[in-house]
Amino acid sequence: MAKRAAPEVNAGSMADIAFLLLIFFLVTTTIEVDSGINRKLPPMEESDEDVIIKQKNIFTVLLNGRDQLLVEDNIMELKDLRKAAREFLDNGGDGSCSYCKGKKDPSSSDNPDKAIISLKNERETSYKMYIAVQNELVAAYNELRDARAQALYGQAFTEMEANYKDVNWPGNKEKLKEKIDQIKLDYPQKLSEVQ
Amino acid sequence: MSKFKKKKGGEIPAVNTAALPDIVFMLLFFFMVATVMRQNTLKIQNNLPFADQVEKLDKKDLVMYIYAGKPSQNYKQFGTEARIQLNDDFASVNDIAAFIAQERASKREELIPFLTTALKVDSDANMGLIGDIKQELRKVNALKINYTTKKGSVFGRD
Repeated sequence: MAKRAAPEVNAGSMADIAFLLLIFFLVTTTIEVDSGINRKLPPMEESDEDVIIKQKNIFTVLLNGRDQLLVEDNIMELKDLRKAAREFLDNGGDGSCSYCKGKKDPSSSDNPDKAIISLKNERETSYKMYIAVQNELVAAYNELRDARAQALYGQAFTEMEANYKDVNWPGNKEKLKEKIDQIKLDYPQKLSEVQ
Repeated sequence: MSKFKKKKGGEIPAVNTAALPDIVFMLLFFFMVATVMRQNTLKIQNNLPFADQVEKLDKKDLVMYIYAGKPSQNYKQFGTEARIQLNDDFASVNDIAAFIAQERASKREELIPFLTTALKVDSDANMGLIGDIKQELRKVNALKINYTTKKGSVFGRD
């Protein structure tokens, strides 16, 4: 007599279950991409010659141990910092900055190239507050650069930078780099930290 | 006609391989669950602050990580003050120079100028510690730094 085959278990849907689980893990797993605020520290060797900077070209931001802000000798809330920094940078007091839209107040900064933001914090300042202030100051620069890039090239600066970093971007990278450098020249990021 | 039906006997039946993908998937899941993406085991609390003007930190092989924060629950004996962690262990500010030198030695020479130091600091830490770290980094000429943050608004989150 011929051997009778054992009845097979229907395993057709097993693959579907496996795929379901696989997709679940694929969706829930987050491969962390770190992001943050890039900064460059000043080199150690101090130049002996003192550079004389006019007081009106310096925007002083003081952060005390209780996380309170003192901006240009006035107490300020964090939410107002971005606007104040923008107004200072975009002032264009000496008229040499043709693209500045500020008030041209002679008692504020001469032009974006000369304007310096000076940030001083104490040892007791919390890191969270420090990052928040840094973020607001960078945001002020980014907003100005965005507006400038929009006027010159019809594109936001942050978008241009993202395109430049994107490997798959189809356009001409060298031209884009030139444009980015031009914007950076118009609004140089001059943020100094006092130790 | 049934009379001429081929006889089945003699041949060995093929091994049923329907369950093979399941076994493979099982292995896959095991590795997915067991793999830890983070290189370092943290001994400190590391609740990063929020910021929204962030840039991505790609090229992971060119990043040196410095962690700082309060010792976590299991390491209470190290005190409640914020501490620095390098690799897998607590460190003092003086160890940073050696750490940077060691990291640099492990990279190809032409890549050294592109190395970035990522500061992963707990939001409750105070700036005194950060200032010390930054001073130490300036001494060894590791000037490119990145304050690693979470993406989000800086306002109204405590």
